[in-house]
Amino acid sequence: MQGTAKALPGAAHGPKVRARRESGLSIPTLWVTAAWRPRKERGSQPGTPGSEGGSGALSGKSFNSSRKGVPGGTGLGSRTQGGWGPGPGRVLLQVQAPGRGRGPRAGPAWEPGLRPLHPPALGSHARPLGYAQAPPRQIRLRSVPPPPARVYLPCRRRRSRRCWTRRPAPSHRPAARDWLSAVQSEGPERGRAFPAGAPEAGAPGCACAVRAAGLVPAELRSWAVVGQAWSVGSGSAAATGWGAACRMPEIRVTPLGAGQDVGRSCILVSIGGKNVMLDCGMHMGFNDDRRFPDFSYITRNGRLTDFLDCVIISHFHLDHCGALPYFSEMVGYDGPIYMTHPTQAICPILLEDYRKIAVDKKGEANFFTSQMIKDCMKKVVAVHLHQTVQVDDELEIKAYYAGHVLGAAMFQIKVGSESVVYTGDYNMTPDRHLGAAWIDKCRPNLLITESTYATTIRDSKRCRERDFLKKVHETVERGGKVLIPVFALGRAQELCILLETFWERVNLKAPIYFSTGLTEKANHYYKLFITWTNQKIRKTFVQRNMFEFKHIKAFDRAFADNPGPMVVFATPGMLHAGQSLQIFRKWAGNEKNMVIMPGYCVQGTVGHKILSGQRKLEMEGRQVLEVKMQVEYMSFSAHADAKGIMQLVGQAEPESVLLVHGEAKKMEFLKQKIEQEFRVNCYMPANGETVTLPTSPSIPVGISLGLLKREMAQGLLPSAKKPRLLHGTLIMKDSSFQLVSSEQALKELGLAEHQLRFTCRVHLHDSRKEQETAARVYSHLKSVLKDHCVQHLPDGSVTVESILIQAAAHSEDPGTKVLLVSWTYQDEELGSYLTSLLKKGLPQAPS
Amino acid sequence: MKLELKECSGHVFVDSVPEFCLPETELIDLSTVDVILISNYHCMMALPYITEHTGFTGTVYATEPTVQIGRLLMEELVNFIERVPKAQSASLWKNKDIQRLLPSPLKDAVEVSTWRRCYTMQEVNSALSKIQLVGYSQKIELFGAVQVTPLSSGYALGSSNWIIQSHYEKVSYVSGSSLLTTHPQPMDQASLKNSDVLVLTGLTQIPTANPDGMVGEFCSNLALTVRNGGNVLVPCYPSGVIYDLLECLYQYIDSAGLSNIPFYFISPVANSSLEFSQIFAEWLCHNKQTKVYLPEPPFPHAELIQTNKLRHYPSIHGDFSNDFRQPCVVFTGHPSLRFGDVVHFMELWGKSSLNTVIFTEPDFSYLEALAPYQPLAMKCIYCPIDTRLNFIQVSKLLKEVQPLHVVCPEQYTQPPPAQSHRMDLMIDCQPPAMSYRRAEVLALPFKRLFEKIEIMPELADSLVPMEIKPGISLATVSAVLHTKDNKHVLQPPPRPAPPTSGKKRKRASEDIPDCKVLKPLLSGSIPVEQFVQTLEKHGFSDVKVEDTAKGHIVLLQEAETLIQIEEDSTHIICDNDEMLRVRLRDLVLKFLQKF
Repeated sequence: MQGTAKALPGAAHGPKVRARRESGLSIPTLWVTAAWRPRKERGSQPGTPGSEGGSGALSGKSFNSSRKGVPGGTGLGSRTQGGWGPGPGRVLLQVQAPGRGRGPRAGPAWEPGLRPLHPPALGSHARPLGYAQAPPRQIRLRSVPPPPARVYLPCRRRRSRRCWTRRPAPSHRPAARDWLSAVQSEGPERGRAFPAGAPEAGAPGCACAVRAAGLVPAELRSWAVVGQAWSVGSGSAAATGWGAACRMPEIRVTPLGAGQDVGRSCILVSIGGKNVMLDCGMHMGFNDDRRFPDFSYITRNGRLTDFLDCVIISHFHLDHCGALPYFSEMVGYDGPIYMTHPTQAICPILLEDYRKIAVDKKGEANFFTSQMIKDCMKKVVAVHLHQTVQVDDELEIKAYYAGHVLGAAMFQIKVGSESVVYTGDYNMTPDRHLGAAWIDKCRPNLLITESTYATTIRDSKRCRERDFLKKVHETVERGGKVLIPVFALGRAQELCILLETFWERVNLKAPIYFSTGLTEKANHYYKLFITWTNQKIRKTFVQRNMFEFKHIKAFDRAFADNPGPMVVFATPGMLHAGQSLQIFRKWAGNEKNMVIMPGYCVQGTVGHKILSGQRKLEMEGRQVLEVKMQVEYMSFSAHADAKGIMQLVGQAEPESVLLVHGEAKKMEFLKQKIEQEFRVNCYMPANGETVTLPTSPSIPVGISLGLLKREMAQGLLPSAKKPRLLHGTLIMKDSSFQLVSSEQALKELGLAEHQLRFTCRVHLHDSRKEQETAARVYSHLKSVLKDHCVQHLPDGSVTVESILIQAAAHSEDPGTKVLLVSWTYQDEELGSYLTSLLKKGLPQAPS
Repeated sequence: MKLELKECSGHVFVDSVPEFCLPETELIDLSTVDVILISNYHCMMALPYITEHTGFTGTVYATEPTVQIGRLLMEELVNFIERVPKAQSASLWKNKDIQRLLPSPLKDAVEVSTWRRCYTMQEVNSALSKIQLVGYSQKIELFGAVQVTPLSSGYALGSSNWIIQSHYEKVSYVSGSSLLTTHPQPMDQASLKNSDVLVLTGLTQIPTANPDGMVGEFCSNLALTVRNGGNVLVPCYPSGVIYDLLECLYQYIDSAGLSNIPFYFISPVANSSLEFSQIFAEWLCHNKQTKVYLPEPPFPHAELIQTNKLRHYPSIHGDFSNDFRQPCVVFTGHPSLRFGDVVHFMELWGKSSLNTVIFTEPDFSYLEALAPYQPLAMKCIYCPIDTRLNFIQVSKLLKEVQPLHVVCPEQYTQPPPAQSHRMDLMIDCQPPAMSYRRAEVLALPFKRLFEKIEIMPELADSLVPMEIKPGISLATVSAVLHTKDNKHVLQPPPRPAPPTSGKKRKRASEDIPDCKVLKPLLSGSIPVEQFVQTLEKHGFSDVKVEDTAKGHIVLLQEAETLIQIEEDSTHIICDNDEMLRVRLRDLVLKFLQKF
């Protein structure tokens, strides 16, 4: 931070200004000082800008290393970051000799903390690149055709295993990392946190190494550029706050989890200088460190609170909220966590359940405690649907109905005119207990959507339900037992409603059980949050509450050995632990029985194994379980299918789409489809990969109503052929921007108008009297200038609009008349046109 | 005439189907109204009159609890009225000449000719279908011109204050708000700050009564009557304060030894009201929300129902007559005592001094409500519970929110007529509140000066700001204005199409210039000496300067050119030599600033 401050007025600035002067440009160019955002613990902020710039060691290094010296992307467009590493990333970069080209783009490299107002601040596509030290050659972007964004190659070790507990930086740093940190500079940068795992084969200058450095968490924060000032004129450092309009015009997205994967959803979004974390989930396929997202990516030393403006949880499923207590209490985050009311109600219960299984059953140590769950939930701020929550002055979020489970929501994150929509998990078709997801045409810059069923187009819900009932019915008829592993909330209620109505209709007697614990409670939540269910249930709940079941009873462990048919709903849904797994073990050996998996199973779970056809399972204690029972899969999980995803993209009309929460192969397919159909870019970053989207937010200013009305009074639609121009003066004072008419601007600044008038003498050969000459001029002009107001005044003068023409006798030559044509600077075009017209003489008088 | 008017213990009454006084509809053409914002469910009872049969085609905005409970209130009203059909409504007494002669309350009734009979359930459904549901703090764009936002007002489930704002102006509409902690979400005061105008209405009807004290009185009177073997009748609405009363009783009955006394809640919507109250967790105060998270029903009346202490019936017919036990407590409507099941209980219990009727709803004068039942032996207790703002709270609120102007009904700017010495019972603020009367049009005291406009990034790129004074920079803008849906965008002017051939270009230059290509205004002054130096530098020899009264005249003898320079004007007089003129112009412009 201090580095920037010093670099500003110092050496780096000086030569720059001189260079400008020498180049003899008369128009001063504006420079914006991009002050770093002074967050609370700036001191601990690694990778301060500018400071690197001071290290002379850099200047001779390769392009990549000098790139590193640029302060965390301050003032640098995404293209600049595109320069990470040679190779494909460089395609867009053009090398230019210095001094060529126009304007600020081709100016000398600009120093850290300074950037020209126009391109980055006001969002141009092509923007100058800056270096800590002026490089020998200019590099600038070829402005056409820029791809709207770039996905960077992943650092291979990004997803490698890491210990998730806090610990000091490992002493055995790979060589590349040491090199980098040395390059970066000594001192505060030492502690700079690196993305998980540095490149293995990291030789200095290696693309991967630079990339890794480029991804350092410091950058996360450094995107937040607030409180810039702009200085004006030839180096005079008059600083005026640019305010909200002057941000980094780009959006960056980095999945820490759910990137080309299902599980531990956790996505970092940086928009308009704000950093938001979307979801904070656990991975069901892992029992080691990999189950939680790697938060050290955000920062290793600092408090997460300093790096994140808020956390948003889309719904209560553990793969979306399971890491929350770990994240907030063990890693340490004290900022706001947003979720809907039902999520806030149910989330702690599932977390507690999860904790119990992990600690009590598996005996894990170093897991979050019940108290931590409670403390974590204290940081939660509940949001209503469609409520606009002002996180701070600039960042606002808004929840939309997602229909995936009770309380599931999609979130719009908005800063100024830039916005991102994160869908969480959603369902586009209403089911038996929830409604369909809905979003308005909010046209976000980016839509981050789940893609669990990226390639599936499901048949009608009705068919699936019939199939399901048929299979259950058949099994029960032949005396078999049906196991339906479910999660306590969500699908369970839908299937219960389905079976309940079926049992009633067909008058079946076989018992239906719901594994105890959560059941009663879960149904109660549905009753109390009935406003979140679908239309039909909401309308009829006073008469008959759909969540009060007659046929479904609580399950007892002993019932599993009862003879005769039964249907059991048991948790959890992926057969990875708990009661469902116990029952499965008991019943797996009998071919009369059936297990119906009603939802998606994460890789590594028993559910996934049996669904992929495995019939011999290795259980704990080297036991081998032979699965003879029938295994059925019914897609009841409430995720949108490919059609639904396309539908949502159509609804929201985003400028680009980013896929998460799905399998890479399937995503690829959907990506192509989206790109074809909507002609928008679609990205699918893996965990740890960053997608950067440049945005071009427009700048809001206040226009005086007088000026606006004057303009509007002339008709609403300017014709395409002859566009009408609005003229005004933009007054920039402190952080306010006002567009007023020129007259008003003068008045407001207390300045007098300076009138500039021209009078030209045009000599005409005409021996007639002055009056007659004037009359001839009048009739001539009248015939030529049909669109203009030409008048012959009683005093003998002629006016064309506000231009005055007088005829006078020549002092020496009586056969010549002098026409005095007089106009103001504002009428210059017409004035000079008239003089040239009159110079040609008048047509012969008709006489 | 005699058929219409009836006398009862010295008072004259009109015998007719109940009629309702509507809001002012003469003043505006309802078909031109775009949007109706609803504050709370008590404030929407006239909605069907407005949305149906008036040509209204706009949108109504309200929160979900407001709509659901509003529906219940309307449903109850329609049900009550339809139960006792009467063929004709009295109209003769409405004749102005006759009305003038009638005794007091009738004589003073306003706008009697516009009074209407109750709407039907169809009209209610149709009216409600025009409502768009909104949530607190939801920003709703209206035609791109203004944004409206409902905020919690703390008075009832889903009750809202509204903010109507453009980018530069903000009007707050505060109606029916409460700072007390009852069941609804607390009032959102912070968002009301920085209002240009705050419209304040819906204050408490009974500024002198303290709701807490009234609840205490209610409970003790109820207990006293029941203990003496009498029955208690509570005329009330089916939603609102009744939830709080039931909650108080829930805590009170055991300690007061009333556990065996049955509580009856009789209303066609009693069940719905009790059920609905439990599902609006998000609209409740924090304590109740926490209960839902457990998950437990937020209101304790669920337990009262479960333990059979509270029973609810759609009407006195049917099950109720079987279960009816005395002594008991009955909650039923309508609080005006003119229709609904309450009428039966008044008839039934009015004769005995053991019984008590307790008025809790502040909307009706209890004396007028009781007048047709006189003489009565039953005890009458008046405990109006009105949680809306009183004048002390108003001044506290205004101090907190600090609006530039306050607008309120005339009644609030002077003490109530009955207590003209109570100067504390009026709104006291600086500057004094602007007041309005029925059917009065008020111009709000602000002038709109600015509108938001967006400058496209491409255009912003091309702007060249210059610093005029320290901290103030200017840039001249010439751009194309695009306006769509009241959103204004400035786009860079289109580049002139490159001339395709030399011939055309020639012609183009001959075209008559479009005088709309405006030149900027100029400002500043020209220092003569420096100007002359500049002239000489640029090859003008023979420059002469003459002083005049107002300024200077610069003569270029060779070119026969004269330049008059004054403090705020410059006049160049030359021969018709365009090259020369342009050269001189540029030299002059160097010294001036453009706007």
